[in-house]
Amino acid sequence: MTDHRAPPPPSGPVPWDKDFALRLLTDMLRIRRMEEKSAEMYGAGKIRGFLHLYIGEEATGVGALHALSPDDNIVATYREHGHALVRGMDMGAIMAEMYGKREGCAHGRGGSMHLFDAATRFYGGNAIVGGGLPLAVGLALAAKMRQEQRVTACFFGDGAVAEGAFHESLNLAALWRLPVLFCCENNLYGMGTAIERSESQTDLCLKAASYGMPALRADGMDIVAVHETTRQAVRTLRESAGPVFVEYQTYRFRAHSMFDAELYRQKAEIEEWKTRGPIHTFSARLKAEGKLTEEEFLALDAAADAEVAAAVAFAEAGSWEPVADLLKDVLTPAEGKP
Amino acid sequence: MTRTLSYREAMREAMHEALANDPRVFLMGEDVGRYGGTYAFSKGFLDEFGPERIRDTPLSELGFVGAGIGAALGGMRPIVEVMTVNFSLLALDQIVNTAAALRHMSGGQFSVPLVIRMTTGAGRQLAAQHSHSLEGWYAHIPGIKVLAPATIEDARGMLAPALADPDPVVIFEHAGLFNLEGELPDDWSADISSARVRRAGKDVVIITHGGSLPKALAAAETLAGEGIAAEVLDLRVLRPLDGAGIMAAVAKCRRAVVVDEGWKSGSLAAEVVARIMENAFYELDAPVVRVCSEEVPIPYAKHLEEAALPQAEKIVAAVKGLFA
Repeated sequence: MTDHRAPPPPSGPVPWDKDFALRLLTDMLRIRRMEEKSAEMYGAGKIRGFLHLYIGEEATGVGALHALSPDDNIVATYREHGHALVRGMDMGAIMAEMYGKREGCAHGRGGSMHLFDAATRFYGGNAIVGGGLPLAVGLALAAKMRQEQRVTACFFGDGAVAEGAFHESLNLAALWRLPVLFCCENNLYGMGTAIERSESQTDLCLKAASYGMPALRADGMDIVAVHETTRQAVRTLRESAGPVFVEYQTYRFRAHSMFDAELYRQKAEIEEWKTRGPIHTFSARLKAEGKLTEEEFLALDAAADAEVAAAVAFAEAGSWEPVADLLKDVLTPAEGKP
Repeated sequence: MTRTLSYREAMREAMHEALANDPRVFLMGEDVGRYGGTYAFSKGFLDEFGPERIRDTPLSELGFVGAGIGAALGGMRPIVEVMTVNFSLLALDQIVNTAAALRHMSGGQFSVPLVIRMTTGAGRQLAAQHSHSLEGWYAHIPGIKVLAPATIEDARGMLAPALADPDPVVIFEHAGLFNLEGELPDDWSADISSARVRRAGKDVVIITHGGSLPKALAAAETLAGEGIAAEVLDLRVLRPLDGAGIMAAVAKCRRAVVVDEGWKSGSLAAEVVARIMENAFYELDAPVVRVCSEEVPIPYAKHLEEAALPQAEKIVAAVKGLFA
């Protein structure tokens, strides 16, 4: 069995210019600060329902999404605030959606788990574990039939691997040679159940490879490894015109949702993973390589804080969807026919 | 000039037309290609349209129905065929949690122009895993439309508006109808919004859909011989129900029997009766009654299966009960 808990060797010098490196660092900081504020606003009663934070896993979403192009399709899970943000959605529209406001990306119909954005080809925000995978297969099928070059990247967690939808989707994508990038964010727990307690085979790449597709693995705490592996995966996908699977080994620092007392894991384990936190390790590497000063870091962090403050102000100032419009968007109005 | 053809041929023609006229349309499902369709609805399509558009799937209902949703989002107009309604339960998650909910969850950003066709109903001694009538369950779900073509005309005409609809449409085709033959009128174009009177009457309205329509018509014929003029209303569209059409027939006939091959408890028939109570109570001369399937998984043995289902004789008896 693969030992998921042993830290892999570092990925060597950061192979990017300063500008690109700082863009990725910036996005990780934007997610981190947005998520921290979301937790705070949850505590304040401004955000309700379920709230699943991405804190600790930022390198995975940021590194992977920066390897994709604006023409590509993205399908994500209920832990998708970060993906939505990096994809280009406005933080104010995300925050307003979590507030349930009309100015949210789904006018308050979706909430935290259902962020959508047609403009950036962001297809949600799927809160049925594994539910996004068949959707991604279909998006890729449409792209292939329409002879569009786009890739469909589908994010899902290790928990989804136990679902039938995972196996059916990988089989279909491989059988039909569809351009799906299966991005498995393995954070070692499906809610509170450790992967060893739910998978008879914990080597997830082996499962994917059994469907006849290339399967790559990356240290999900190391943004360089995530990004370079994803770039390679996308290259392979475009060359082979078939699906590719990538497993990102990562870890969530916070509880599964805001209702989780975390009885299933040890504090020491969390603390150990925090030493591999993607933001401070990457910052340290950049500083050591002379690509980042402490002043620059503080300025980036302050900018992220300012963006978050503006997003909260936007959400606070937002309005409520009129109850008279309750039944809106159940079906498509006649004039909206495609 | 009218033509005589079967329900199967009518549906096949409808699909053929859709495939020939719109490059976005493709057919996907188990054995739709090389096998020619479980019920031969797509015989010859593979040769004519090729394997890209006539797509045999693995036995992965959840996967290929979900892929149909994704393909619809991606700009295609898929027709997904599910072999029977019982198998569609394997895909229920994608239909209910994704297809039906996506437009609303996304605040109106994404519509799902998908058509799912499936065989429904009993009567062929296929027992409890191939014979059920679960269209009432689907009719419970906001965000989808549910159709039940029960005539040659509707088998020919309902697919085109279903494909033109921007939202998911689920079409239930009762297996007992496939060999039904009839005349296709010149104008077979169909809407997907209204119920239709299949036989005019004045004493009682028999409200039904799908495979129970021929039984209702047979019952009406028998009743006519006994001096009762029964109207037969074919619901056609199970969601959204044509409330106005139902109430008009009830107001005219003042008595109603609802015939539904689903089980009585929690059935579509229950919904129809409740709406009549809410909207037309004072128009009634008698309580509304139902003829539904008995509360048993559909049995194999012929005599038991027949006893479990609505039959013309049961409908006749129910109608007579209103005049006793």
